[in-house]
Amino acid sequence: MKKIGKQTFVIKGDVVIRDTYTIAGKKEGEGPLKDNFDMIVDDSLWGEDSWEKCELKFQQTAVENLMKKNKIDKNNIDLLIAGDLLNQIVSSSFAARALGMPFVGVYGACSTMALSMGLGALLIDGGFAENVICVTSSHFCSAERQYRLPLEMGGQRHMSAQWTVTGSGAVWLSNSGSGPKIKNVTFGKIIDLGVKDANNMGAAMAPAAYDTLKQHLLDTKKEYDLMTSGDLGTVGKNIVNKMFNEDKMSIEDKYDDCGTIIFDIEKQDVHAGGSGCGCSAVVFGSFLYKKLLNGDIDNLLFMSTGALHSPTVSLQGESIPGIAHCIGIER
Amino acid sequence: MNYLMSFIIGGILCAIGQIFIDTFKKNNAYLLVMYVVSGVFLGFIGVYDKIVEIGYSGATVPLLGFGNTLAKGAIEQAAEKGFMGALSGGVMKTAPGVAAALIFGYLAAVIFNPKSK
Amino acid sequence: MKYTKENYQKVVDEFTPKNKKLKNFVLAYIFGGGICLLGEIIKNIYVSVLNVPSDEASVMSSVTLVALSALLTGLGVYDDLGKYGGAGTVVPITGFANSVVSPALEYKREGYILGTAANIFKLAGPVLLFGYFASFIAGILSLIF
Repeated sequence: MKKIGKQTFVIKGDVVIRDTYTIAGKKEGEGPLKDNFDMIVDDSLWGEDSWEKCELKFQQTAVENLMKKNKIDKNNIDLLIAGDLLNQIVSSSFAARALGMPFVGVYGACSTMALSMGLGALLIDGGFAENVICVTSSHFCSAERQYRLPLEMGGQRHMSAQWTVTGSGAVWLSNSGSGPKIKNVTFGKIIDLGVKDANNMGAAMAPAAYDTLKQHLLDTKKEYDLMTSGDLGTVGKNIVNKMFNEDKMSIEDKYDDCGTIIFDIEKQDVHAGGSGCGCSAVVFGSFLYKKLLNGDIDNLLFMSTGALHSPTVSLQGESIPGIAHCIGIER
Repeated sequence: MNYLMSFIIGGILCAIGQIFIDTFKKNNAYLLVMYVVSGVFLGFIGVYDKIVEIGYSGATVPLLGFGNTLAKGAIEQAAEKGFMGALSGGVMKTAPGVAAALIFGYLAAVIFNPKSK
Repeated sequence: MKYTKENYQKVVDEFTPKNKKLKNFVLAYIFGGGICLLGEIIKNIYVSVLNVPSDEASVMSSVTLVALSALLTGLGVYDDLGKYGGAGTVVPITGFANSVVSPALEYKREGYILGTAANIFKLAGPVLLFGYFASFIAGILSLIF
């Protein structure tokens, strides 16, 4: 069996991350990563007549441009694995409608990027596919109206609230070629410690992030140059650090969170940081992937974190179940 | 003097709402419901009219004033028409504000598009 | 996992930034008081310029504030004011109007009937329901006593 420890799958063959393509919104394009994105879209509608249609355009364009950039024909892509935050993952399905390749839609809330890349890696290593594209997206306006209140409603955001990233990141995985390789995949358990405050997602997801991260480190016994979680924000990141410190295995100097990397927390008025499917996708596809290519880091543990709740069950009094998936990458 | 008292009383009533939001972290809808119902209660026991005498618009503009108007309408009409008055009095007296919100709201939706954030 | 639902909340509270209560209080006071002051100014204009009786002028002033709030919401300004004003922009009648106009605008793309019209009372509906219900009770009680 290609599994070690409790939860980690080992990739024996080559699963190469050949290339990435990222598109970011205006606010993200004004942040610290602005020079890393392939494309920045200033108009929050991008010429479409609704935010939902704009989001699917983000996702569709990310995949199209990834293929164009690398001159790949869609007939050579065995599978498109995609997901997003909207109900019935419409952004992904409707983008796939236009792309015309075999499509698997996955939902892991904000954990979808690592989830889709992990699944893609397993399929390639299993010999079922040679080329897989993984893509996720999120859009501040479409997410806000689905999960919270109308955008024009006056009111204050809580200090622990996070800002949904507008953006999409696509990744091309292949069994050949050169580039950083996926070495192992850990799918996490759902952990729910009873946080009900939808304005404090970082705290709701932090225990799941800690659990998956720790299990991965125990299973693989590896050391990483950099470990990143998806969108815990400042609150969740501090909690994860606290939990590892209590275990006497401090990770503080090697650990960061995509939600705190993508924005300038002080200046951009995002409160606790970025969130959403697009957050870990664009940070990985731009900043982290370049770090691997440049040799700034030799290996990376990339984790995405998700809050698997819905407004309906939240109103019914349910707490927020957290999940985290991670993949180990070596250059 | 009216202006000063409007500002002072209106400010107090709003700031109390802010304490509620920061303490209980509830959605704005809870705050609005609480204010309207409190306004009806204060109107019913006759306290709110005294606040209006001191605070002018500072007391009528916050949603408590809306509740007070509801209560006064229901009580006045009930005295005149009994049960049917109690049923319709509040609605009648507050109809201008509600109709304005509906009609101007619809017009705004027709004219404007939601802005990007 | 050594944390449980019982002891985790303490950790959450420790790391969750607190809302700036004093600053919010002052801002809510200024914005709320300011809107009420504006209402009083508009009312006085109706009284002195148009010679409207005080009671009617009060209603007209409220309606004017509602229209103003609808305009500012449509222009996308009211939510920016709300970011600073907090309850100061929620509690006045302008906040009620904002809670009617914002979903009306937001659901426009789903059509005027099932989008705008069906959702226009999404947030204000509870206010009207409980307001009307309470006034009905008040009316009935006034009949009994």
